[in-house]
Amino acid sequence: MALSFLGGLIALNSPGLAFDEKAARKTFKKCVACHAIGEDARNKVGPHLNGIVGRSAASLDDYRYSSAMKVAGQEKLVWSIENLSEYLTKPRAFIKGTRMGFAGLKDAGQRENLIQWMASFDMDGKATRGETSYFIELLGQSAAALEGDREYGEYISGECVTCHRLSGQDDGIPSIVGWPKENFIHALYEYKTKVRENPVMQSVTAQLGDEEMAALAAYFGTAGDN
Amino acid sequence: MNINRRHFLTLSGVGAATVAMPAISLGQAKPKVVVIGGGPGGATVARYIAKDSKGAVDVTLIEASKRYYTCFFSNLFLGGFRDYASIGHGYDQLASNHGVNVVHDWASAVDPAARKVTLASGASLGYDKLVLSPGIDMKYDSVPGYSVEAQGTMPHAWKSGTQVQQLKSMVENMKEGGTFVMVPPPNPYRCPPGPYERISMIAHILKQKNPTAKIIVLDPKPKFSKQALFQEGWEKHYPGMVEWIAPDIHGGIVNVNPSTMEIETDLDMFKADAASVVPAQKAGSIAAAAGVTDGDWAPVNPANMASKADPNIHVLGDASVASAMPKSGFSANSQAKVVANAVRGELTGSKVFDPRFANTCWSLIATNDGVKVGANYTAGSDKIEPTSKFISQTGEDEALRKKTYEESEGWYRGITADMFS
Repeated sequence: MALSFLGGLIALNSPGLAFDEKAARKTFKKCVACHAIGEDARNKVGPHLNGIVGRSAASLDDYRYSSAMKVAGQEKLVWSIENLSEYLTKPRAFIKGTRMGFAGLKDAGQRENLIQWMASFDMDGKATRGETSYFIELLGQSAAALEGDREYGEYISGECVTCHRLSGQDDGIPSIVGWPKENFIHALYEYKTKVRENPVMQSVTAQLGDEEMAALAAYFGTAGDN
Repeated sequence: MNINRRHFLTLSGVGAATVAMPAISLGQAKPKVVVIGGGPGGATVARYIAKDSKGAVDVTLIEASKRYYTCFFSNLFLGGFRDYASIGHGYDQLASNHGVNVVHDWASAVDPAARKVTLASGASLGYDKLVLSPGIDMKYDSVPGYSVEAQGTMPHAWKSGTQVQQLKSMVENMKEGGTFVMVPPPNPYRCPPGPYERISMIAHILKQKNPTAKIIVLDPKPKFSKQALFQEGWEKHYPGMVEWIAPDIHGGIVNVNPSTMEIETDLDMFKADAASVVPAQKAGSIAAAAGVTDGDWAPVNPANMASKADPNIHVLGDASVASAMPKSGFSANSQAKVVANAVRGELTGSKVFDPRFANTCWSLIATNDGVKVGANYTAGSDKIEPTSKFISQTGEDEALRKKTYEESEGWYRGITADMFS
């Protein structure tokens, strides 16, 4: 699941992972008869959609799900961007027996924009985490969940130590030694998604997948002067 | 080696890992690697093979100079931003920290069939793998009238060292209002932005010491690296001082006369009070002696920089050609790590990962006005190809340019530690 989740997110590799809120709200009009999102959102005919991206299927205690959806929850379905996109394309094809009476949203661009916008709401319906950092957090979680191969990390680190010193000296170029794994990966994703601006690091991280990031975090987390 | 199955499959699924069969079976003597050339390519490859094999590979580095003065940042010495000592480095730690045998001698011949290198001293060294990182040699006759002797008055100063010191003193002693003439090299050559950073640094000195002096650039190329950035910078910091003349204007260099300091083009005769002439370049001579060159450069396999002529000889850095990568110290250092990983894998059976290459070239235009250009690369079937690129933009604010300069200083400390510590 983690991998397909990442697959869905990686496509959104644009600065700030921007979405068009106005367009998203317009698309969402197809949903509002049954669903609510935002700080005042309550369950209606359908469950509220706060924190939906990354949420496990059938996971709200105070909503009565269809049996089909409950089974999906038991089978550990997570509403990744990819899964949500597939579901919204044709709900009854993705989960046979869902009660959601919606034919589907055929336009991939509309779907993606809608899902990105929904992803900006946390479980309390607040968009205060900001869409960008929320995405980066999600992206980083999949990388941080991997066991980094330190040997692979040491090999890739060759690319880093042309500038960053293993001694941890940081004049002109920051130290990257001894960072906690999550922070290390988060920073890499901030470059990859162009939230951080240095073009050298944007170019470097464009070549790094989760496997590489986890490997580098494992290596630099424990690398010292030698 | 601890690879769990899932992880291994994941890696091979993206082509990241292969486990090589050792070329040398256990029980034999230690495999031997000889590296020729102690610059960013050679020093790095020697250091990484010795360091990562933890004594399992016998590594010998052959370098004539006891002290290496980096070509990168030699322009900053020229401009007065660094002192000469600060760009000099020794090889002691490669020996003491990693067990590299450093031999200060000149490699005069290679016998690929016998896998043997002969030194100027007469000694010879056998190898299982040879790594050539000899840098560049000058094609003196590419500029009519230029020669080894002409270096005395029109130094190319393209290999750092004493010629850069000589050039600096010539610039500083130019007569008031005098003319400095620069003839940059034709492509391909070491350090594409280098001639233009040099012009910037000379302008920086002249602005302080000799503000009515002029710089004339007679370029054999119609365009050059970071052109918009340099020309914007020259206009901003040194207005009216630098005149860059494209080949369709000057019509080509007809002759240089190192005794009269005259440089004749189709357009005009230019009289210089000081000059730097950088001729066309080719792979360092040992590459041709080893039989791995085709024309001026040594063709290599992009995946591991092994020579197309001999799989036991790897050629990296400026001398090699397989690549969209510029000839730079950063490129050579990056390629060295790919070669080290591949050579160690072949000799000891250690894991060989997919090649990854990178380059960034920083240039200083004036005090705290740094710019950069760079890219990441991957090995294609025939060439090393860029996967993503970047370049500084014109009109950037001063704070960003200062940061870029500081970053370049950080890089200098990083790469020299990566080569020599």
